[in-house]
Amino acid sequence: MDGTQDKGNEPMSSDVVVSLQDLHKSFGSNHVLRGIDLEVTRGEVVCIIGPSGSGKSTLLRCVNMLETPSSGTITVLGRELTDIDCDIDEARSKIGMVFQSFNLFPHMTALENVAVAQRKVLKRNTKEAQETSRSLLARVGLHDKENSYPAQLSGGQQQRVAIARALAMNPDVMLFDEATSALDPELVGDVLAVMQALAQEGMTMLVVTHEMGFAKNVADRVVFMDAGVIVEQGSPQQVIGAPKEERTQSFLSSVLNH
Amino acid sequence: MALSKRKKAMYMRYAMYVVSIAFLIVVILFIDWERLGNAMFRWNIVKEQFPDILTKAAKNTVVFTVLGFAGGLSFGLLFALMRLSSIRAYRWFAATYIEIFRGIPLLVTLLILGFGIPIATGWKWPNPYLQGAIPLSLVASAYMAETIRAGIEAVPKGQMEAARSLGMSYTRAMTTIIIPQALRIIVPPLTNEFVLLIKDTSLISVLGVTAATKDLARFGRDGVNQTANATPLIVAGLVYLAMTLPLTQLVAWMERKTKAMSR
Repeated sequence: MDGTQDKGNEPMSSDVVVSLQDLHKSFGSNHVLRGIDLEVTRGEVVCIIGPSGSGKSTLLRCVNMLETPSSGTITVLGRELTDIDCDIDEARSKIGMVFQSFNLFPHMTALENVAVAQRKVLKRNTKEAQETSRSLLARVGLHDKENSYPAQLSGGQQQRVAIARALAMNPDVMLFDEATSALDPELVGDVLAVMQALAQEGMTMLVVTHEMGFAKNVADRVVFMDAGVIVEQGSPQQVIGAPKEERTQSFLSSVLNH
Repeated sequence: MALSKRKKAMYMRYAMYVVSIAFLIVVILFIDWERLGNAMFRWNIVKEQFPDILTKAAKNTVVFTVLGFAGGLSFGLLFALMRLSSIRAYRWFAATYIEIFRGIPLLVTLLILGFGIPIATGWKWPNPYLQGAIPLSLVASAYMAETIRAGIEAVPKGQMEAARSLGMSYTRAMTTIIIPQALRIIVPPLTNEFVLLIKDTSLISVLGVTAATKDLARFGRDGVNQTANATPLIVAGLVYLAMTLPLTQLVAWMERKTKAMSR
């Protein structure tokens, strides 16, 4: 941290939404992130790919501080989350997150799942929260499921409710942590379609994924990670179509040729 | 000997039936039923127990139980949250409390707090109900804290992460997301704690109670002294059963229901 800068009022270059600087994260002796620098600009869709254990999920979970980094700085929308004075709850409400295991609240209906944080965090009244939730459920194609409990929904439907739940906070950036990895193959398409529509509407997205097709067609930039570092990044054509690094090449050949 | 395993098992089952029935016959034939009835179940004494055994004794047992349970639940929740706290001193304090009160018999705790503290300090219990219910709830809270903690820990970690990622504070996430789910898990074991409490209130009578605060067990014992007959204790036991059996059945039903739901 640079003491000469006034962080609170520092005008970030306006279109940088997420900025990670020299990020390190260790779990005990396991050094998972080894110096990550990454910037995501407004409206950009960045896909992070890489072998399992490469640190991509940890990286994503650092962006909203579900994991506290061991060192380095995380700046989202001009707010430095790693600063001890930062109101982390307020910052998180502007960062949507979608999990591999959906994590819907099982004791609430789909509508309540989408409405609860609007009421408790944004302090919207029940009626307003429900109206917003209905239109969001319609947007993810689930207008007829508002009274269903998560256990009554398929995995794909649950994940779409989870996306609606995150969108209800009007986030400035959405994080997707292997959002389709837990789904049956035939349900993946619906969720990817919702994500693609979101990308086309200009949402800033940081997507950890194994779906190379999605990365190729939707991403503005693809980041390949291995062993806790960013090995290579660039347009999908560059990274997936013509990777320069040997590690990227061997990873891609193993996922694309199976 | 060419008995197959299954045949052997079948003969074994027959043998078990024969032994049990023979045992029952012996019991029925050799017990002096008249003497037993006279000493333990005299109808006129049974009738004498009513209505006081319900309107006074059972009422007091219920009051002690409800006070003990309410106190135990509130403190239990507090200690459970302290056990899960990120602050080491809280965890340490709650763990110590739980170990102490689970490790000392209720009878000893009752005597220390009910008699020992007033003697040591000159302070008097303002109310005989509290004198019994507070030590009871302190011990109950130690057991309930562990039950509640297990319930909270049984809620998947992703629930807290999802709630926090939506901008909820830790407290908000606990109250809206985690505790409602934990409650579903802990209602059956907490009902069992309630049943245990009903029975444990019988120990409170060692504190020397007035006629107005007699609980069921004390009422039965005093009845034995008055009538020189064990019937009042039998009736008291039956009243306990009338309170506990519906609750244990309820627990069994709830457990069947949760099993069916998770299938």
